[in-house]
Amino acid sequence: MSEFIRVDGRKKDELRPIDIQIGVLDSADGSALVRMGKNIILAAVRGPRELHPKHLAMPDKAKIRCTYRMATFSVPDRKSPAPSRREKEISKVLTEALESVVLSHLYPRSAIDIFIQVIQADGGTRCASATAASLALADAGIPMRDLLAGVAAGIFKDEVVLDLCDEEDKDGTGDLPIVYSPSTDEISLLQLDGQFTLDQFEEALNLAIDGARKIYDMEKQALIDRYKIDVEEEIHEEVSVEEQEIEELIEQELEEPETKEEEEDFAEKITPSVSVGETTEETVEIPVTEEIEETTGEIMEPVSSPTEPGAPAEEASEPSEITEAPETFGFEAVTSSVQEHDAIKESVQEGEERLDEHDVVHEETEESDEATEEDVISVEEYEDEEEKFDEWEDLEDDEIPTPETETEEELEDEEFEDTDTLEITELEDQEEI
Amino acid sequence: MTVLVKEKELVVPGQILAEGGHYKVGANVIKDGEYYRSVVLGIYTGSGNTISTRPLTGKYYPHVGDLVIGKIIDVGLTMWRLDIGSPYEGILFVSNATRRKFDPVRHDARKIYDVGDVVRAKIIAFDRTKDPSLTTLDRGLGKLSGGKIISVSPTKISRIIGHRGSMINIIKKYTHTNILVGQNGRIWVNGRDINDEMRAIEAIRLVEKEALRSGLTDYIEEFLKEGK
Repeated sequence: MSEFIRVDGRKKDELRPIDIQIGVLDSADGSALVRMGKNIILAAVRGPRELHPKHLAMPDKAKIRCTYRMATFSVPDRKSPAPSRREKEISKVLTEALESVVLSHLYPRSAIDIFIQVIQADGGTRCASATAASLALADAGIPMRDLLAGVAAGIFKDEVVLDLCDEEDKDGTGDLPIVYSPSTDEISLLQLDGQFTLDQFEEALNLAIDGARKIYDMEKQALIDRYKIDVEEEIHEEVSVEEQEIEELIEQELEEPETKEEEEDFAEKITPSVSVGETTEETVEIPVTEEIEETTGEIMEPVSSPTEPGAPAEEASEPSEITEAPETFGFEAVTSSVQEHDAIKESVQEGEERLDEHDVVHEETEESDEATEEDVISVEEYEDEEEKFDEWEDLEDDEIPTPETETEEELEDEEFEDTDTLEITELEDQEEI
Repeated sequence: MTVLVKEKELVVPGQILAEGGHYKVGANVIKDGEYYRSVVLGIYTGSGNTISTRPLTGKYYPHVGDLVIGKIIDVGLTMWRLDIGSPYEGILFVSNATRRKFDPVRHDARKIYDVGDVVRAKIIAFDRTKDPSLTTLDRGLGKLSGGKIISVSPTKISRIIGHRGSMINIIKKYTHTNILVGQNGRIWVNGRDINDEMRAIEAIRLVEKEALRSGLTDYIEEFLKEGK
């Protein structure tokens, strides 16, 4: 068989040079840039993610949406930026090709968006797009049955040739683009344009499948090159933290008691250091940096006079927050003294926020709240959020009988009635006594 | 009858891991005829009679019991919607956010958590038919204020925490910061000043980048010491 040399000097079964880059975009969940001859294709994957509009959601699988677009400068004549019929068609056939390999049933009700942008076109863009899309999906960690490799075969000057370039595509008499998954040996896209004899078709198909296998090897190599950071060295104990362990670790990281009993112990342990009178001494006993001493000193000043009648609730309750917050309010039990300092700062903010939060729920009894809050909060500490809420509930019960003065107007009618009756009963009780 | 890949070998989607025989199909593996294939880009982690792979990339997929860091994106009368970086939005009902009686007529959910607030929450229920349900009632959960939030790949979280928390504790120790890690790949860093926070973030980014390096903990410790 005589060697047929093509317009660009290739043999009939020779691919154009292919270059693959993976993970080129930071903001996308996965991306790939494929150069195939003069073609430059950029594919980006976002998802699986929430599907909007919601009515498109399917209860049993993810919606795969593939968008193929050509840049206006991708072809010698300016391409109109409006989506053309051809772009819509290619989007559709690529979506269907990808649906056949993506395990979309693992992400019901969600969407997987694939955006393909043709930066430079030189024939066979749909095949290169399929290659780029499947690599981007792999980079995004989306489960797939296999990678896809796309390549076209066609007839040029009565010869069946592989991987048509733009010139061969336009002057040739037949074009057979396929998208093939080599590992599962499935064809997920096959289109045919022009006229083939049966023998030519078989020859073209076999040529394309062989070409796709070569592309598949390159894809695989590109993925390995991107993710293989000395895999031999990677065999290290630390890496193999099992998923269940992680939660454990995060729990440990909190350094908080897990069981109820422990919680109580924990509470007892911290109680002395938080009680108003003893706080300063306790803090000194613990080895602390000067910094912390200073800080606690500053903080303690307002605490020493929490029962001052005129003191507004916010001021009085805030320092008490500070003294106990490092051990309690969630944002991690703190061990080192410097962290303690940090946590104190943090808890000041927390305290303010919680006061806001507190005010909310007590909207209607805001004023009377302050008085009670001063008594209860500045003396007793929130052991944790739980108890805080308990206290609030207690507060509410206590408050209802004695709104008397300023908040009556703010109260809603039903509550107003309640308080009236309660007052009456109270009075009755007193009279009896 | 044979396993075709070595332990810890990098595998690509569709790659045949084993052929014939009766193996147990583990995580991220499908059985296709007599072939066992990986469905993700990852590392082969099979052992004994099980064929499984661990993905190297991918979005966070919710699991019951996970601690996550989410951002409030919508407030309803008695519930919030949170972006937890997964394919599904987290839903936080008011009964899981406060133990107080909450009357939507008199109380405003926005005063508890508003849009844009960052919340540390725990997933209490999730299955494929409904969105993950969250709670902020447990210890250590609730609104996070101050500090910085960064996102890393959820697959790197185990490395950032390190063996029994070794890595994260080193970063905390040397940068004097407070760090909370969510299993959805979000990390909250709070320090005395911005420099400490940036330094901790730099270290976390380094862990993320060099996640597969051996002796990483020592390497990071060295890195943090140098910056002193």
